Formats: sequence, structure tokens, C-alpha cells
Amino acid sequence: METEGKKRVWEYYQKEIADDHYFYVRSCIRQTFFPGSETTFLKILRDDLNKDVFEDARHTTCTGIGYHTDIVPLETTMTVIARHFALMTEAGYVNIIPSCVTSFGLYTEVLDTWKHFPEIEAKIRDYLWRATKREFKIPENLVHTSDIIYKFRNQIKNLSKVSLINKTTGLPLKIVEHIGCHYSKMFPQSGVGGAEFPAVLTGMIEAWGGSVIDYPERRHCCGFGFRQYLVKANRGYSVSNSKKKFESMQPYQPDFMVANCPGCSMFLDRWQYTIAELEGITYDQNGTGIPVLTYEEMAGLVMGYSPWDIGLQMHQVSVEPLLDKLGIEYNKEEKYLGSHGQNIGEPQKPMFLIV
Amino acid sequence: MTNNSQHIVIIGGGPAGLEAASSLCTAGYRVTILEKEQQTGGKLRIWDKLFPEFRDSEGVLNLLSNGFKINPPKILTNTEVVSVIPENGKHRVNLSDGQVFQADTVLITTGFKLFNAEKKEEYGYQIYDNVITSFDLEKKFKTGHSIRTAAGLPPRRIAFIHCVGSRDIKSGNIYCSRTCCITGVKQAIGMKRTFPDAEIFNFYMDLRMFGQNFEELYIEAQQKWGVTFIRGRVSEIAENKDGSLQLKAEDTLSGRPLKMSFDLVVLLAGMVPEPRTGEIGKSAGLAFTSGNFLAGLDSHICQNETQTPGIFIAGTCREPLSVSETLTDARAATVKIISWLRKNELKSKN
Repeated sequence: METEGKKRVWEYYQKEIADDHYFYVRSCIRQTFFPGSETTFLKILRDDLNKDVFEDARHTTCTGIGYHTDIVPLETTMTVIARHFALMTEAGYVNIIPSCVTSFGLYTEVLDTWKHFPEIEAKIRDYLWRATKREFKIPENLVHTSDIIYKFRNQIKNLSKVSLINKTTGLPLKIVEHIGCHYSKMFPQSGVGGAEFPAVLTGMIEAWGGSVIDYPERRHCCGFGFRQYLVKANRGYSVSNSKKKFESMQPYQPDFMVANCPGCSMFLDRWQYTIAELEGITYDQNGTGIPVLTYEEMAGLVMGYSPWDIGLQMHQVSVEPLLDKLGIEYNKEEKYLGSHGQNIGEPQKPMFLIV
Repeated sequence: MTNNSQHIVIIGGGPAGLEAASSLCTAGYRVTILEKEQQTGGKLRIWDKLFPEFRDSEGVLNLLSNGFKINPPKILTNTEVVSVIPENGKHRVNLSDGQVFQADTVLITTGFKLFNAEKKEEYGYQIYDNVITSFDLEKKFKTGHSIRTAAGLPPRRIAFIHCVGSRDIKSGNIYCSRTCCITGVKQAIGMKRTFPDAEIFNFYMDLRMFGQNFEELYIEAQQKWGVTFIRGRVSEIAENKDGSLQLKAEDTLSGRPLKMSFDLVVLLAGMVPEPRTGEIGKSAGLAFTSGNFLAGLDSHICQNETQTPGIFIAGTCREPLSVSETLTDARAATVKIISWLRKNELKSKN
């Protein structure tokens, strides 16, 4: 494989990422799935990189899940997003950074629609005014939060306590990177590195000492696909997509996966449990599964944060084998202790997947 | 009688330029060929066999290069034209080294450039070791280099992908490059001759076998050589752990998605205009087609004339053409040039 060819592609897909002063919009589902991720992001930006990040509690869903399942009309979605822009404008910010890839894709789609059809923007401005008496400015810079971590990957490296290297062998960890479809597949120019060979997670991994696995089904969707998962009868499609990816990556023996999308992180993690219980198989050598991290969790580990403070106990696939490879010390007894030291309860053990 | 003091500058010494020069020199005109490369001949110099007869390109090139028995042209190689400026009924041809030529007439035959297959990122050209273009393969045929996978093994399963950078809005080219279909058939047979046991597949959206004996060659590829043709565009290529390639497509005739592994994938890259053609065309006030080729004055009658009087175009700088069509087009252009010069002569006498 020619890495120079990839670099040429990456050079073509560069995007402007603001340096500071961000209006942060959270994801609906990440706070449930991986609640430590957004906290870790804010901690790294505010405490370690001294960046100004503002959030407004009045921010709501972008309606992305409803929009992609055809239960929320596009005009409603646009008006809700216009309201987010209004909150940003009222707070005096111009750089908006959604934590969710679905939101990022939708914001990008809405701005692109307004660019090509200004009459629709005018209509939405009217709807927003009539509904809320708010006005807004178009963001000067819209990027996903993984773009922000990508931008500061070298500063994070300089502050890091841990490298993505196997402590025992001294070799770079072999890492599967997975990009959410809505990050760049709809608008390749909006993603660092484009859609075919995205660089956003690869850049972080390589900067922090790991190596990236380029496996045949790398580009394939994780299987979330909104209706594939949300309609219960369709969930077999969702699992089979993830299975296709697991089977494709298995020969490369990945140490872990990292994703930048809420759905991908969730399903690549949880479907390993489902497949293990349905078929009695895992895709690692020890029966524990392949750990899945969000990029903030990966950054948090690199920064030396406690794995339990960044929420790794919320994963279905145990992260301990990965922590051992990285040489990160942890106390297993503290895994299920809440922020005030109380026990938050331990999940039931699966039948097949070793945890 | 022709006025042999009249000077015709031909920009580009490929097949069209050489063929036009041959006719114009024979007619008695003073001709200068300006060629940017070290040698004339254009891409014929790199190409191995010509479809549909598998004729040696060398043979055609020799015929073209040796066509100047009387009144040979002045040929300047390593010479790059930067602009053509119409001036008082004549034309000032400016070179990159500062030289200037005055011409009564200019014929532009700057040819084509191969579509940069890297732009079809989903196919991984210049990223995956076993993805090559039809141009790369032709060079291997020409130089006699053994055709091997990156691992040094003879390929056992080979895919040809049609319409790479042609008829493809995503890559910005909606036009058909016309010659890739028959090139795919020709090269598939070439590979079958080299590797009789190999399985060869052509992925196409439709096959445009417009030329004489093209359809016959397509049938021969299937019946005699066992080449398989699958109607469906390839969506993506990825590399397997062993360096072979995983290809995904849809077989639109059976209505099924396909996932197949290949040792070698050949991209049939289309034609795009030479970048310098655009610069020269703009300086001379010429019009362009939607595909950025040079546009003729009229698509039926005056294909070789342009909106700037005295500037003519021929060959693949104006649209994708086969070698034989290019030569025919060059001859058509010479008739138009001679008519135009004679008309001006007669006007000046009257």
C-alpha cells in the first residue's frame, strides 16, 4: 500500500478548523451511551488546552434521528437547527461544534441547502421568528468535535502520559478507525481527509503512536442506519453490517477500535455482545471481544486520565485487556464506583462474552 | 498555385499534427511543428497495439514520421507554446523560452491527457499496489516487462473497470471517452494471451462498439477467449490482507450485488484535455465544450474551424477520438486550412 497516495488524498480534503471560542452542542444519545466522552472532551479543551468552550442548557435535539426516520419534516428540523444558531449568535459565538456526527451531518446539509436555495433560508428565518422571536447568524465555522481533537492532536501528544504502544512488545497498537457515515460520506469536503480515506481519526492514532489497520470493509457502515436499528424487525440488518466488519478486521488482530460517531461506537461495542450470545463467537483471540473507544476516550487515556473517570465502565466489551497492553494502572474495585464513591451497580455477566 | 511563403504553425506533434503536416507540406506550404516533448509521435510512442487488429503502434508511427518526402516541415521539439495571439490577420505564437513565431494559420493538435485515476478515490489508484490503469498496462505490454502482481506473482484473476473518469458526473466528466470500451476488450484479450489460465472480468455500464470490427472483437473476447463481461459499475475497491483486491459492484442484469477478489485491477481511464490546451485556447479567444475540449465553429460542418479566423483544431484536443479517427480529422482540418489560405490569397489578388 502506498501511503504517499493517501497523503495526496488527505491534502485535497483540508478544512478550516477554528482555533478557539467554541459554541459546543452535545449529542442526545452519547450522554446515555458514553457519558464520559463529552466530559473528557470539555476537560481536555478547557483544562489542558485552555480553550474557551461555551454551552447553553437550552440547546435541544437537532431532530436528526426523527428526521432520518421520516417522522420529523425537514422544515421542522431546519427551524430547530436555526434555533441552535440563534443561541450561538445570542451568546456571541461564531464557531459551532456539534458532538454528534448525525448533528454535524445535518447542520452541514442544512447550511448547504440554504447556500443553494436562499429562499428556503428566508422561509426558515421567518418560521423561527414567528415561533420564538429569535434571529441568527450563519456560523463562520462548523466542524465536528473530532475535528477539534484532530487539530490539537500534536498539542495533546506533547501533554500525553501514555502512547498507543503495547507496553510488553514495544510495538504500536493495531487500531481500527471507523468514521460515522454522516461525517463525510454525504459531503466529502466537510471531513478531514474526505470520505474514502478519512484522516481525522488516523491523524490522532498516528500522532499518539498507534498504527492504523486498513481492512477491506473499513468503509462499511457500522449498521446503525437509523431505520435498521430503530425498527425492531430490521435489527438483523444492523447486526449483520457490524458482523461483516468484524469478520473483515479479525485477521488483522486489532487491539481496539475507535469511532467518531455515537451510533458507531455504540453498535460496534454492543453488537459484539449480541453476536457472542447468539453465535458463541468473538473476534479476538481471548473471548473478551475487541474494545471500542470514542476518540475522546482514546485522547483521555493518552492524557493519563483514570479509565473510570472517563466512563470506560460503560462499555459492553471490557477495556481491561487494552489497559493492560497500554500499561495503564487501574483499580478494578473502583470500576463501578460513582463520582461520590458509591457503588453504581454491576451489570449482569453475559453467557459467552468474557468480561 | 499555392503560396509557399505562407506559414502554418502546428502546435503538437502527435498523430494529428504529423498527419496534417504531411498533407500541408505536400501541398507546398511552409510548416513548423512545435512539440513539447523530446520526440514527436505523442501517445502512439507509448501505446503497444492498436485496436481492433492488434496492429503495432510503431508501424503507424513510422508511416506518420516518414511521411515528409517533399518539402519537409521544420520540427522543433522540447518546445512549449504558451499563447497564440491573433494580430492583424496573422497569429503570434509565443513560446515559453521567449521565442516568437509569426503564422498565417495555426493548427492546434495538442491531444489529450489521461484522466487522473487518483480522483476516483474509491478505486485506490496509487494507494493499492495492484490497481493500475490501462495506460500502465499498455506500457508494460510495450516494454515487454513481465506483468506481475505487487507480490511478484502472475495474476490469476484480473478485473477491467470501464468508464473511469468518463460519463461520470462525480468526477466532473459527463462525456464519453469513446475508446476505453474497445481498449478494455483489446487489453482483456492481451491479458488472456499472456495468461491463458487467468479469469478475466470486464465491469461496464454499456459497451459502445461503434467502430469497424469493434463488435467482432467484443464477440471474439467472449467466445474465443472466455472473457466475462458484467454489466455494473464498481462501487469500491479495498485491499485484502494478502494484497489482493476486494471489489464491490452490482450486476445490474441479475440485479445482485457482487463482492469478488482480484489479483489485479485495471482502470480504463478516460481522456481529458491537456491543461496547456486550455491556456492556448483562452489566449487565442477560442470556445470550449462542456468537457473543456476546444470547440469547433459548428458541430456538423465546421468542426475543425474555430471562432477565431485562421485558427484550426484537430484530433483529441477537440474531443475523444480513436487513432484512425484522429488521422481522418487531421486530414479534414488540412482541407479547411488550404481552403482558408486560398480564399485569402484570392481576396488579396482581387
